[in-house]
Amino acid sequence: MVLNQADIDRALTRIAHEILESNKGSQDLVLLGIPRRGYPLAVRLAAKIAAADPTVDPAAIVGQLDVTMFRDDLSHQAMRPPYPTQLPRTGIDNKVVVLIDDVLYSGRTIRAALDAIIDLGRPRIVRLAVLIDRGHRELPIRADHVGKNLPTSSAEKVRVRLEETDSVDGAPVNEVVIEATA
Amino acid sequence: MKHLLSTEDLSLSDAVRILDTAEEMAAVGEREVKKLPTLRGRTVVNLFFEDSTRTRISFEAAAKRLSADVINFSAKGSSVSKGESLKDTAQTLSAMGADAVVIRHWASGAPHRLAATDWIDAAVINAGDGTHEHPTQALLDAFTMRRHWSKLAGTPSAGAALTGMRVAIAGDVLHSRVARSNVWLLRTLGAEVTLVAPPTLLPIGVEKWPCSVSYDLDETLARGVDAMMMLRVQGERMNASFFPTTREYSRRWGFDDNRLRALDTLGFKDTIIMHPGPMNRGLEISSAAADSPRSTVLAQVRNGVSIRMAALYLLLSGDTREPAGRPNTTTSASAETTSAHAPKESH
Repeated sequence: MVLNQADIDRALTRIAHEILESNKGSQDLVLLGIPRRGYPLAVRLAAKIAAADPTVDPAAIVGQLDVTMFRDDLSHQAMRPPYPTQLPRTGIDNKVVVLIDDVLYSGRTIRAALDAIIDLGRPRIVRLAVLIDRGHRELPIRADHVGKNLPTSSAEKVRVRLEETDSVDGAPVNEVVIEATA
Repeated sequence: MKHLLSTEDLSLSDAVRILDTAEEMAAVGEREVKKLPTLRGRTVVNLFFEDSTRTRISFEAAAKRLSADVINFSAKGSSVSKGESLKDTAQTLSAMGADAVVIRHWASGAPHRLAATDWIDAAVINAGDGTHEHPTQALLDAFTMRRHWSKLAGTPSAGAALTGMRVAIAGDVLHSRVARSNVWLLRTLGAEVTLVAPPTLLPIGVEKWPCSVSYDLDETLARGVDAMMMLRVQGERMNASFFPTTREYSRRWGFDDNRLRALDTLGFKDTIIMHPGPMNRGLEISSAAADSPRSTVLAQVRNGVSIRMAALYLLLSGDTREPAGRPNTTTSASAETTSAHAPKESH
């Protein structure tokens, strides 16, 4: 196991403070999670930001951004069902949007996310926060906030399991593990 | 899913997947930029051997919202009027590189023929064949009903079926591909369907369909209906007299002002009135009913674009380098890339 529940929690607490620090406060912040596991991470980060800054309403700064329809590999992979896109009521125009995802790998998801954002509005700044950066980028994209840098081989698979989306034998689970692909 | 030919062989999970995908597509229609880059560079051919306005425009709007290139083909003014066969037309389109063919044909089974032969290697969507099926119409009707049904129940529509919903379909069942597609799909989704028509406008063998049959519209309404779907009287397909006069038809089987009032007096305040269009106002549906707040006619048209976007997306995305049922055409190189990509998560 690479990260356990406490490790994930500590990494998210640090990222939450980094986001506040680089933004010099909480003004204009919007957290957009990328389905599926980016969204629960965005919700957790919003709660931590609200804990550090009581003026923040966590529910009002979190949204979900589906990038399925903007991917460049749709004809090369199994069919992906689209997820809902939900923006905070304030929209994203002139906001500081922080994209949240679980694992940063090729960078293609983030490329799709940037296209999706442009169709929805014009943020002042777009930043990127990820729980795991496993390397092997195929595009000139980097994360502003990283929970853990994880050197991997491309033959390996990084599994993030969160209690909001995953369970093992019916029990909720929070962990990051590396699996070798068959 | 490679083709969308009928609702009879559509599984519950496939049907719900199309409806759920359409729900996300509908959200695109409400945005400022009503366009997705999803099918950029793919070509959709609208192959229409029969007149149509809303279905063709709806498919065209759906394909364009997904950034596909659209080629419209109608039999009038084409080589078909010079006697070209379906096979030659299909092979011509194939040579031009069509990725999907949306076909409407006066012959029942034409889309199946296109899909089953090797004339063309494209996804085939049935946009109405003869008196057989019209699956996207049934799906958009089910989508409209599901939104209404979940709103009444106060539950989200995503993932839901139509369990327990009472649907009556009235009118020219004999000539209606819409009715056939709806009966199969609504059964799969768990709704209770009643067909209401004069005996002359019911097909032979209707007693074997998964629905009940009534000859009396008032009696059906009195028993309680959650969605009332009126069918168009298809004058162009009527080669015999199926009812004495249009006046008698509208009196007995049309949804007129009296029946609209009856819904209120019977206390069915949530019953919706549906019509696939085009409407014969004054024949199968009165103007007051068509324009009443219960009418979902325009919502059906709006939902049609979402459903067709969902169908095009589900058929044209996914790994197209390995056509189903033809594993031997895969080269070793593409098999390698497929296996390298297949386990990849959405990172």
